[in-house]
Amino acid sequence: MVSLNPQGQPTRKQRPLPSALKPKPQSGLYEKKQPVFPRKIDGRFRRLKWGVMAVCLAIYYLTPWLRWNRGPYAPDQAVLIDLAHRRFYMFSIEIWPQEFYFVAGLLIMAGIGLFLVTSAVGRAWCGYACPQTVWTDLFQHIDRWFDGDRNAQIRLANAPWTAGKLARRLSKWSLYLLVNVATGGAWIFYFADAPTLAHQVFTGTAPAIAYSTIAVLAGTTLWLGGFMREQVCVYMCPWPRIQSAMLDEKSLIVTYKDWRGEPRGKSSGGDCVDCNLCAAVCPTGIDIRDGAQIGCITCALCIDACDGVMAKTGRPRGLIDYATLEDSEKERAGAPPTSHAKLIWHARTLIYLGLWSAIGCALLFALGTREHLAISVAKDRNPPFMLMSDGAIRNAYLVKWRNMEDRPRPMRLTLDGIPGARMWSEEMGKAQATRQLTRTIPADQTEPLRIYVIAPAGTAQQPLGFTLTATDAQGGTVRYDTRFDAPEGGQ
Amino acid sequence: MTDKRIDEATNTETMGHEWDGIEELNTPLPRWWLYTFYACIAFAVGYAVVYPSVPLIHEGTHGSFGWTSRGEYAAEKKAEAAQRAPMLAALAKTPIEDLPKNPDLTRQAVAGGRAAFKVNCVQCHGAGAAGSVGYPNLNDDDWLWGGSLTDIQQTLTHGIRYPGDDQTRTSLMPSFGHDKILTPAQVQDAASFVRSLSGLEPKGAAAQRGAEIFATNCVACHGPDAKGGRQFGAPNLTDRIWLYGGSREQVVGSITNAHAGVMPAWGQRLDPVTIKMLAAYVHSLGGGEAFAAPTPVAK
Repeated sequence: MVSLNPQGQPTRKQRPLPSALKPKPQSGLYEKKQPVFPRKIDGRFRRLKWGVMAVCLAIYYLTPWLRWNRGPYAPDQAVLIDLAHRRFYMFSIEIWPQEFYFVAGLLIMAGIGLFLVTSAVGRAWCGYACPQTVWTDLFQHIDRWFDGDRNAQIRLANAPWTAGKLARRLSKWSLYLLVNVATGGAWIFYFADAPTLAHQVFTGTAPAIAYSTIAVLAGTTLWLGGFMREQVCVYMCPWPRIQSAMLDEKSLIVTYKDWRGEPRGKSSGGDCVDCNLCAAVCPTGIDIRDGAQIGCITCALCIDACDGVMAKTGRPRGLIDYATLEDSEKERAGAPPTSHAKLIWHARTLIYLGLWSAIGCALLFALGTREHLAISVAKDRNPPFMLMSDGAIRNAYLVKWRNMEDRPRPMRLTLDGIPGARMWSEEMGKAQATRQLTRTIPADQTEPLRIYVIAPAGTAQQPLGFTLTATDAQGGTVRYDTRFDAPEGGQ
Repeated sequence: MTDKRIDEATNTETMGHEWDGIEELNTPLPRWWLYTFYACIAFAVGYAVVYPSVPLIHEGTHGSFGWTSRGEYAAEKKAEAAQRAPMLAALAKTPIEDLPKNPDLTRQAVAGGRAAFKVNCVQCHGAGAAGSVGYPNLNDDDWLWGGSLTDIQQTLTHGIRYPGDDQTRTSLMPSFGHDKILTPAQVQDAASFVRSLSGLEPKGAAAQRGAEIFATNCVACHGPDAKGGRQFGAPNLTDRIWLYGGSREQVVGSITNAHAGVMPAWGQRLDPVTIKMLAAYVHSLGGGEAFAAPTPVAK
């Protein structure tokens, strides 16, 4: 297991800071946040990060606007979490509350997916796809756009508060605010019809919960993404702690090859020219040359930076590179580096992949074979049976007919068992008692109906079944086994 | 022991103690963490001032807004009552025989009746309204005094043999054995006849003798066909339902001593709307009789 520096701070202390940023004498009780001013960098990983960010944001902002025709009985939004009606719509799939295991399954897949990604490519989730990373990156670009690159930002941070600085800060924070409100604003569209809600939001007629959700998410985005930034990764997030336990010598992590770089310095013989560019571009403010540490989110911007410098100084790239500890040791001993594609596939990755796919297949199977109608029967237990004046025995049941399709469906309820038994519903008279009831259940509805079953005198306690059949073209049959209670000995 | 020093490797002050050569670094907390902690303390203090919190000898502090959970409960109850008011008003306006025309109102009345039943009726009739010996089962299709909505409402309002209500339903079966109207042997014969009516024993010689006794003593209330009569609340003796039990011993006991169950006149305790709701609930239990058709009264 790679041992990560759990504090993340000493490394920062060792790194030469601009003199103005040197920690001021402090009480020892607390430490002031040391701002990070990452420098702009270009390179293949930076471009990958741009790509991932674009995809993530596009998915986040556009998903609620995808339409999906479900006819007149269900919402036309492709992905919708309809809390009020307790439905979850995802394209052609509609999840009912009792099918929540699908959501649980997806969450388990998401969990194992994180393990899988960690096992294969280290902390790639942290570096590229984590919302905290995506939004922090966004805010850091806004910083550069308003205040210039690293050095200009540092100068401005240390400059006295003049009207000019205040104006710059206020305009920057206004853009922050815009991003935050857009972040919170996009979230609510997952829970209601997006075009309707958008219109309501802008005309001031949306429900209060929509505005408060926007406000809360805007606030947390501003706080966590705009100001806390890397501190969330270092102090708050539990995931790096779990990940550091999951990383092993076969995990791809960002590694500084000290045997190649040291001793540092222009004329000292090592490849590292000690330009500090790798530290300057780091969005969490660490120096990768101190080794693997909790502050490293493996975004690989330091690799981009170092590769650029190596190209300029005419040395081979990869002084800082994605590598496994195992491979790193081999390389130190003189072997050529193994390709990343090869390193990804090892036993743990395959096990996670197997588990992940097994759950996925099970979910798909369950999804494909589920019935779109359901029945549930609750038998009256108090009293369990009723003796009628002619000696016949009556039991009562609450039968729920459930139509899980987005159109009304005709259904038939049939009594299975006890040949002489008949049933009637609370809406009919006992005189119309029969063995088959038909009803049309409205789209997406559960209809409870109290059913009385009467059996001739002398009937003993025995099993009884109710069968619900959809009588439309699609069809489908479900059965519920329950019991018919009778007095002992027939009387 | 207490000598603070700077750890060279990390440039951090130590806490000034060590165990087996291991020293603890005085790593500072992040400032935002500390401020969050202070904010929590401030919040707790504010909370203690605003809400009742500090227990004193007889009562606690009241909090600056005078909020109490009881007050909140009262407000909720008031809001709930306000929400139910239109339903109760509609129910008060609707004569009970018109209730079936309004399924929505009926559903609400049944729900209200279910709650009222749990408070007022389960003591005798049981939680499932199945009754027990001497206490009628309200789920079945056998009614002593009638099972239409109006009949049930009347029974509920004025009770059965309830002193202090001049409209109470009343009837009295003579204690044929106890008052020596019949001899013990005649009582046995009458019991045989009554039991034979619902097939509990064969129509033997005793039952034949009992039939004659029945014709003389019982038909006035229970009718010549023994099917009972609702104007007296006389039970139907030919069916399979026995209010006081159908064993020989129980039937003999009923004829000897007679039974006269009492139900309170709930009109004296409950408001008419609650009684209406109770009637709707009892009617909904599965044995309720039709509203439209007049109840046939056995002579």
